[in-house]
Amino acid sequence: MARVAVLNYIKRPSPVHELTGTTKLIFFIAWSVVSMVTFDTRVLLGMLLIGAVIFKVSQIRIRDISVVLGLAAVFLLLNNLFIYLFTPEYGVEVYESRKLLFSIVGRYTVTAQQLFYHLNITLKVICVVPIALLFIACTDPSEFASSLARIGVSYRAGYAVSLALRYIPDVQREYRNISQAQQARGIDLSGKDKLLTRLKNSVAILLPLIMSSINRIETVSNAMELRGFGKEKKRTWYMQRKLQRNDWLALGFALAILIIGLTVTFWNGSRYYNPFL
Amino acid sequence: MGQPIISFKDYGFQYRAQASPTLYHINLDIYPGEKVLIAGASGSGKSTVGSCMNGLIPYAYPGESTGELLVGGKDPKKESIFTLSQIVGTVLQDTDGQFIGLTVGEDIAFALENDCIPQDEMKLTVEETAKLVDIDHHLEYAPHELSGGQKQRVSLAGVMVEQVQALLFDEPLANLDPAAGRVTIELIDEVQKRTGATVIIIEHRLEDVLWRSVDRIVLMDEGRIVADMPTKAFLADTMLLEHGIREPLYLTALRYAGVPITEELEPQHVDSLRLLEEHRGQVRAWYQDNEGLGRAKEQRREILSVENLSFGYTTEVQNLKNVSFSIREGEMVSIVGKNGAGKSTLAKLICGFEKPTSGRIYLDGRDLSDDTIKERAQRIGYVMQNPNQMISKPMIWDEVEMALLSGGMSAEERKERVEETLKICGLYPFRKWPVSALSFGQKKRVTIAGILVQQPNIIILDEPTAGQDYHHYTEIMEFLKSLNEQGFTIIMITHDMHLMLEYTPRAIVFCEGELLADTTAAHVLNDPALVQRASLKETSLYTLSMACSIDNPQAFTERFIAYEEAHRNRQEG
Repeated sequence: MARVAVLNYIKRPSPVHELTGTTKLIFFIAWSVVSMVTFDTRVLLGMLLIGAVIFKVSQIRIRDISVVLGLAAVFLLLNNLFIYLFTPEYGVEVYESRKLLFSIVGRYTVTAQQLFYHLNITLKVICVVPIALLFIACTDPSEFASSLARIGVSYRAGYAVSLALRYIPDVQREYRNISQAQQARGIDLSGKDKLLTRLKNSVAILLPLIMSSINRIETVSNAMELRGFGKEKKRTWYMQRKLQRNDWLALGFALAILIIGLTVTFWNGSRYYNPFL
Repeated sequence: MGQPIISFKDYGFQYRAQASPTLYHINLDIYPGEKVLIAGASGSGKSTVGSCMNGLIPYAYPGESTGELLVGGKDPKKESIFTLSQIVGTVLQDTDGQFIGLTVGEDIAFALENDCIPQDEMKLTVEETAKLVDIDHHLEYAPHELSGGQKQRVSLAGVMVEQVQALLFDEPLANLDPAAGRVTIELIDEVQKRTGATVIIIEHRLEDVLWRSVDRIVLMDEGRIVADMPTKAFLADTMLLEHGIREPLYLTALRYAGVPITEELEPQHVDSLRLLEEHRGQVRAWYQDNEGLGRAKEQRREILSVENLSFGYTTEVQNLKNVSFSIREGEMVSIVGKNGAGKSTLAKLICGFEKPTSGRIYLDGRDLSDDTIKERAQRIGYVMQNPNQMISKPMIWDEVEMALLSGGMSAEERKERVEETLKICGLYPFRKWPVSALSFGQKKRVTIAGILVQQPNIIILDEPTAGQDYHHYTEIMEFLKSLNEQGFTIIMITHDMHLMLEYTPRAIVFCEGELLADTTAAHVLNDPALVQRASLKETSLYTLSMACSIDNPQAFTERFIAYEEAHRNRQEG
């Protein structure tokens, strides 16, 4: 049942795909750390540029991930809006200067510092989100669990992630089937009814879905135990790949981003790059 | 024979959550290299016996046991489930649910990964085992790209990588179409011949399992072993029906004809029956005596017609190609074909869940194209395979009433309608009960009642009897037949050849999205070419009639079914 998948593994020939899951995971973590910590506009712009290149190399196209990108954009907008609503002069505090451009009403002023602060927030999100999406779109789900295990996460937890990925399509299909059958019994979720009725109606679909998921879980856990899952402290992985030359290069690159990014950020003793002083 | 690999001695078991024991005084020895079938109706305790062998009891299902059980000479209570799973490998019933890996290769390797086998060695073992079950060309495939039969091969390979001594199959045929079921039985047989492993099959579909030889049959009923004997002797005995199991059709036919079923007859396979000329004569005589039998129904007006219907979930793949047929009022029709042939898609289009790419559907001559799901549901009801997929209220009354709530009926009208429906479905005495107190068959009735309450003319049922033993199967089907006699038009999507043959005069056969045939059920199953293309299975009646040199196997089948129906009605009346 090939419906529009929101976010999944997209198999394409590219150097990014060829990297092992572990490499991509470590790279992604390093990347996230830097972009979360830093407010340094120079670092962010640099990363944005690097990110764009990686995106290009990965053969993933914007429209493959457009749905999630759209959601991220909405979230970003809301985030900015709320920051401004609650702290309209936060930029002034951070950059220890105040250049008033104009006032809207009451405490809602527009300062160059606040705008610059919002620019940085936006840049941070623009840095992280595409790389996160790229990580998911370019990593074979089969490698998720083993990658997590390799960086020290318990294989049980890793497998939980992997199983969730395995069963998402099944549950989606089940949801679709159940909701169709229930619609035929007068359960309408299309939004014509009142919110309360709609909530009640969604229970009519969720209850059977939960029951069938519980059955599924019982079957899977039995199947796993019958095949020795959890017997040893460690386990080996059929799909794990050895690190190649490119993996080491990518890991080195990740380390370089981490070091350079953080060094530049903290050079002047603060997370912010301040052009106003 | 040496030491048994599995040995129950006066064994009893009670699940922690249950009030009474599930198993009583089980005495059973299974020896290395044997092939044993454990048969029994639902609730007979046969699956519980399986869970005792593979360690799920007491590991996943705790409870109290009495007596003694040794698996590979070990006491399961003192060992871990892991030790046991290396002695007895289990292939579970749900081929989807037990597919753990994201691809075939990973799934086969799962047990090896847990044993910390190095990757190189693991890849070799996976390759070899995959070859053994003939799935080595699909190692990269994801589960949804495989057929039911292929998934079963993967499950089998997944337990075989551990070099287990015994293979346990829990209802291996439950989710397969007839042809895939037959291939599975052949596969189990081949694997046993190649590896010499002990094989234990838990299944109630006796005739299908007996497609390949089985050494011994153990019959269970209400937690006890009621028979444990070699296949030949077992079939010569007539106790099957009393215990909710259907005997192979060819044996029933022979019995009707007055041929005594003895061990000398070699009753295990229809192909190898040692029929004497006298026996053949008896069968022919029976055939001629029952000439008048057969169903002829009056032709009623067309109620549903489908014209040139095409549909694809994606633009590349056509799930349904230019399908046309029509259904008359009061008919009971089977829609058959293998998984993915387009049967369920067709039902979804009729109910309006999906929109056709081209073609039209007419109800009483009126084009349905612009009708919503809800509007269509007033006339055409759809019942899903598993009642748990539909039941969403804890009380029976509320569940049945649900569809009326949005229709603007008064409480009084609703009450009247629900009561009437519950009476039709034989659920009126249970009207104040919670759904959870019902058996599977009764739950099925509740879901059907939930549809009938909207008073549709047509009911479409997806696999109404999947996974049911003969007793429950009969219960559900007789109920549907009574609905049909009350005037409802019934369309069933099914894999069950018996169902099609016994209850629906007409069958519509699909294959890869195309309508392959639209004819009588008996005709479908007596046409070897059609049977093969649609992944069905010819009945043993066909083979038997050939062996008895009966000129018209189709008529033979029809007479058998009619005779049986009359027989059944006599028993009931």
